Amino acid sequence: MADQNESIPAQEQAAAQDPAAQKNAQLLALLHRLFGADAFTDVEEPYGLLTATTTREQIHGIIEGLQKDEEIQLHFLTTMCGMHWPEKKDQELGIVYHLHSLTQNIRLRLKIFFPIADPVAPTLTDLYSCANWMEREAFDFYGIIFPGHPNLMRILNVEDMDYHPMRKEYALEDGTREDKTDLFFGR
Amino acid sequence: MAVNDTLESTHKIIESAREQQPNLNPLAPTVNDFNQELTTLNLGPTHPATHGIFQNILQMDGERIISGVPTIGYIHRAFEKIAERRPFYQITTLTDRMNYCSSPINNFGWHMTVEKLLGVEVPKRAQYIRVIMMELARITDHLICNGILGVDTGAFTGFLYLMDEREKVYEIYEELCGARLTTNMGRVGGMERDLSDVAIAKLRAWLKSFPAVMREFEAMFNRNRIFMDRIVDVGAISAERALNYGFTGPNLRAAGVDYDVRVMNPYSSYQDFDFEIPVGTKGDTYDRFMVRNEEIWQSLRIINQALENLPQGPYHADAPHFYLPPKQAVYQNMEALIYHFKIVMGEIDAPVGEVYHSVEGGNGELGFYLVSDGGRTPYRLHFRRPCFIYYQAYTEMVVGQTLSDAIVTLSSMNVIAGELDA
Repeated sequence: MADQNESIPAQEQAAAQDPAAQKNAQLLALLHRLFGADAFTDVEEPYGLLTATTTREQIHGIIEGLQKDEEIQLHFLTTMCGMHWPEKKDQELGIVYHLHSLTQNIRLRLKIFFPIADPVAPTLTDLYSCANWMEREAFDFYGIIFPGHPNLMRILNVEDMDYHPMRKEYALEDGTREDKTDLFFGR
Repeated sequence: MAVNDTLESTHKIIESAREQQPNLNPLAPTVNDFNQELTTLNLGPTHPATHGIFQNILQMDGERIISGVPTIGYIHRAFEKIAERRPFYQITTLTDRMNYCSSPINNFGWHMTVEKLLGVEVPKRAQYIRVIMMELARITDHLICNGILGVDTGAFTGFLYLMDEREKVYEIYEELCGARLTTNMGRVGGMERDLSDVAIAKLRAWLKSFPAVMREFEAMFNRNRIFMDRIVDVGAISAERALNYGFTGPNLRAAGVDYDVRVMNPYSSYQDFDFEIPVGTKGDTYDRFMVRNEEIWQSLRIINQALENLPQGPYHADAPHFYLPPKQAVYQNMEALIYHFKIVMGEIDAPVGEVYHSVEGGNGELGFYLVSDGGRTPYRLHFRRPCFIYYQAYTEMVVGQTLSDAIVTLSSMNVIAGELDA
């Protein structure tokens, strides 16, 4: 509670400086009001885009609530994509959602993370028709499974591929080569 | 025996397809009627009318489409994976090969994303040159799309006239970057060379000659009774469905939503220019055609304004850590050599952060989601490819229509295989 009291003046100060920050502060307040402040962690504004992390249990409800909300009208799913952070224990895989309100012109980035041993995330195909292929792409690249997806199969790679190529363990060049160290070129 | 077996499985496919897309088409036959003769038609992958390598397995009842299953990925080149091993300046060539009808827009969209990450401020002159090039690219993109639509309805003349104009635009590209199709134009931090006198002369000549050709094209098509009969009310989609399907660009605007990234989130000084956003009402093929035609005129307006008000000054930012120095300077100048070496060898780290930047591409919002962990290459780079997202709606748009309608719908959606599959 003390933390909240301290953070509010800081937000107001930022809001006075910049209209984009003001919008973000309003959006964050709305998010907290609708879904509770506990639902979001790691709230940041990198390059002016409000970013928050939530859990896979809550993400469907949050996106549905934002889509239906009359005030903010975050009803455009700009894009969503998978991610892989092998160093993060039990949070190896993630999905990043970019939402956009075309009436208020405000964007929101939501993230969820979950263990690679249990790569399951809720499907958004019941809310957004465009989520269909985006989720197929995330499945294809990262092996994320979306229960309830109408047609979860590979989309860009061949059907009989037996791995998910965008995961970080698959180096782009042949990992068995020993004549070429990887010190200087990329990672 | 076998015929009935086939029919049974066919009906299963139809049933499941209808479950996914209920109440769309009153003309589709009922599932129980075993006297229906259905045909499976492979439209693509290499069909001349699909203008790209993608397949649609269509279930046909005579000329009518009952259901369709699109298959994509035939030219998937794993750009997102490749980008994870390439330094920022080498990713530009990947973006060329996405929407290759308007490569400069992709190039500059990528450069602007990196500039946003690095916090590089690009001088006004470079921004204006970028605007000119991006609008030229938009015009060529729309010319191809609308010209092809003419070809698909049986009018080859317009397409040939417009190809001639595209050729002239490509000559302007050549003056600026040496390339024509996959342009690799500009650099992180600005342009790699200034707009030369020759380029400006060519541009002015083209700006003078093109409107007449465009007017001729419009006179031939816009109110042509045969053309209108073929495309009015074909492949329509409502604004609500279009938004739900993530439509952007001319396809969304044809459905009546005035979303344009250039206006909503201006980049590269688009706020300096006076132009209008044309919108349609029905979201059908004719509206898409007309929106593109009008956008060509608006792009011309922007180019004229940018050329008249082209500021003087440097054509690239003073960002030696990221802007590759000119080759001549590298051979003669110590600092340039050092920076050249550091940039090429990846000695310079980018800030840690994540950035999303989008530009109005030829066919919609082209977004770049870049996650940097401070290394030389992106940790993760995701391209928001407009085609990939809106092409999903194709089946819904053509079910119940005839095969020839499906062809013109596909052309008017401007699906570019390179961008679809990335």
